[in-house]
Amino acid sequence: MSEAFTTSTARNIFYGGTLFFLLVFLALTYQTEQSIPSRDRREMLADAKVVAGKKIWETNNCIGCHTLLGEGAYFAPELGNVVKRLGSEEAVKAFIKSRPPEGVPGRRSMPQFNFTDQQLDEIAAFLKYVSEINSAKWPPNIQG
Amino acid sequence: MQYKSQAVAKPYFVAAIALFVAQILFGLIMGLQYVWGDFLFPYIPFNVARMVHTNALIVWLLMGFMGATYYLIPEEAETELVSPKLALAMFWIFLVAAGLTVVGYLTVPYARLAAMTGNDLLPTMGREFLEQPTITKLGIVVVALAFLFNVTLTVLKGRKTAINTVLLIGLWGLAVLFLFSFVNPHNVVRDKFYWWWVVHLWVEGVWELVLGSILAFVLIKVTGVDREVIEKWLYVIITLTLVTGILGTGHHYYWIGTPEYWQLIGSIFSALEPIPFFAMTLFAFNMVNKRRREHPNKAATLWVLGTGVMAFLGAGVWGFLHTLSPVNYYTHGTQITAAHGHMAFYGAYVMVNLALISYAMPILRGRAANSNKSQVAEMWGFWLMTVSIVFITLFLTAAGILQVWLQRVSDNPLPFMVAQEQVSLFYWMREWTGVIFLIGLLVYIWSFFIPGEEKAA
Ligand code: HEM
Ligand code: HEM
Ligand SMILES: [Fe+2]
Repeated sequence: MSEAFTTSTARNIFYGGTLFFLLVFLALTYQTEQSIPSRDRREMLADAKVVAGKKIWETNNCIGCHTLLGEGAYFAPELGNVVKRLGSEEAVKAFIKSRPPEGVPGRRSMPQFNFTDQQLDEIAAFLKYVSEINSAKWPPNIQG
Repeated sequence: MQYKSQAVAKPYFVAAIALFVAQILFGLIMGLQYVWGDFLFPYIPFNVARMVHTNALIVWLLMGFMGATYYLIPEEAETELVSPKLALAMFWIFLVAAGLTVVGYLTVPYARLAAMTGNDLLPTMGREFLEQPTITKLGIVVVALAFLFNVTLTVLKGRKTAINTVLLIGLWGLAVLFLFSFVNPHNVVRDKFYWWWVVHLWVEGVWELVLGSILAFVLIKVTGVDREVIEKWLYVIITLTLVTGILGTGHHYYWIGTPEYWQLIGSIFSALEPIPFFAMTLFAFNMVNKRRREHPNKAATLWVLGTGVMAFLGAGVWGFLHTLSPVNYYTHGTQITAAHGHMAFYGAYVMVNLALISYAMPILRGRAANSNKSQVAEMWGFWLMTVSIVFITLFLTAAGILQVWLQRVSDNPLPFMVAQEQVSLFYWMREWTGVIFLIGLLVYIWSFFIPGEEKAA
């Protein structure tokens, strides 16, 4: 690189450029926070079941096999739209409840979590909430 | 070794490589579960193996970074480390915390682990890569603070170079961003939004600063090129990194409920993210071509050049492949993502760690370079692992393209599980290639035990 372009010029461009783009990013973050209430269905969080359901989702590490809105692991189906795919919250609960404890021989198997009926209601309410988030028409079709 | 306190790096390197082995073993378990669904079920369910695989990866890379820092800082600052004792104490704390966490994953159901470790008080568990119990996360913060305190004070009392300054900025950024792992809103959109501040701003932001400075350090040592030239390159590279990578975060804000303008911002800026990686490739090759000395450690030079190429392929090329929003609409959360994740992590962060270890370990053991025989074995390890990861990436990409087609594009979209069965041939090939990767890793480790007398340090 040429002599006129010194290390200290390069350093100053680094600090200036980084600071500039960091500030733009923070401004966009602020803008995002302002505009998401119309997309994120936060009113559904008023239902304590949804909040409890998220905790069950987390403390059983469901994300370790499944994706949720396309993020997570790729071993098992997308669950952001599972309530729509199976048709109802009831169907989702029935599926979770019916997993054989020893698995399905030779096939990828989901654990039997032995959830109580209340826990099943909660996890289903959480998945229903996620399915209502405006995800810009993703996934492309019902198969997720 | 110029400074006595550099010796604290050694246990970090040894533990890092041991965790690397654990990472790969659990990768192989998962790879088998992909095709032999109930392998080890219900004792080690897939999600448990996955936590061990990814968390071991992150922890060993961090151990490697810390070891690298302890090795490099005294030499750059031209002064002994402020407290080698603290560095050693933190090593043991970190290792024991990581070990206990893995034992927890493997021996109690995750929900029990959450209850036992007081997750209710401050729920942070159960999010991808951030599965560690909250107390483990707090432990990581303590270790990070003690580490930063130690190395920052060392630099403050010694010489400040571009290399140690950039390294410190990267490490402080790493620690500060980790604090977002404690942010876990009930609102799923906001939860995901800030989760990426840890994950994306790490690997496509501050970690690249760490990568750049380690690369620069090893290049100065093995090529003897002027510091002035190398440091200018370093600043140019990291400028490109942050100018593209910060707004590039937008490539994760397409489909999670965030506003649609992110599709434009994310596509534009992340499409530019390959540029700094390409600059690293040029950097490595240019400096090696202009070398002013023939360093006896050929293996270290190979790792440095390998990092330049593979980071560009994995992060740059495979990242670009699925980063534009109209493409990502179809590839989001498929095997394409996994393909990219593997080659990017390996090409950038695994390889830069192994490059520094390759350079520093012989010196820590009292010689400038290993014997020819040992270096040849190390280079076999290099090629076996690197070629394996290339094929793993290719097989996963093939599986991913088919998956996208069968499940998301064709006229009659297949259910997820049906599509998975259709592509199982590629999962078998990935698994066998993974076995070769493990053999490469074992050859690499074996190279450390081949006597190396030839050249005194
Ligand atoms: C060599 C044998 C390996 C095998 C068989 C293997 C297998 C796997 C499998 C099955 C997954 C889970 C994919 C899913 O969620 O469905 C995974 C995830 C992952 N592995 Fe590996 N792996 C191996 C080596 C590596 C190496 C060397 C690295 C890093 C350098 C690595 C980094 C990762 C990462 C970052 C993820 C998470 C990917 C994502 O979320 O997209 N793995 N691996
Ligand atoms: C060394 C640097 C990089 C590493 C270690 C890395 C690693 C990863 C990993 C592990 C994931 C999966 C995250 C998850 O589990 O949800 C991911 C996702 C992604 N990466 Fe990278 N990456 C790097 C650089 C890049 C670059 C430079 C680009 C763009 C040019 C890129 C584009 C993407 C995109 C678009 C996704 C989202 C995929 C999806 O929608 O499923 N990455 N990356
Ligand atoms: Fe990213």
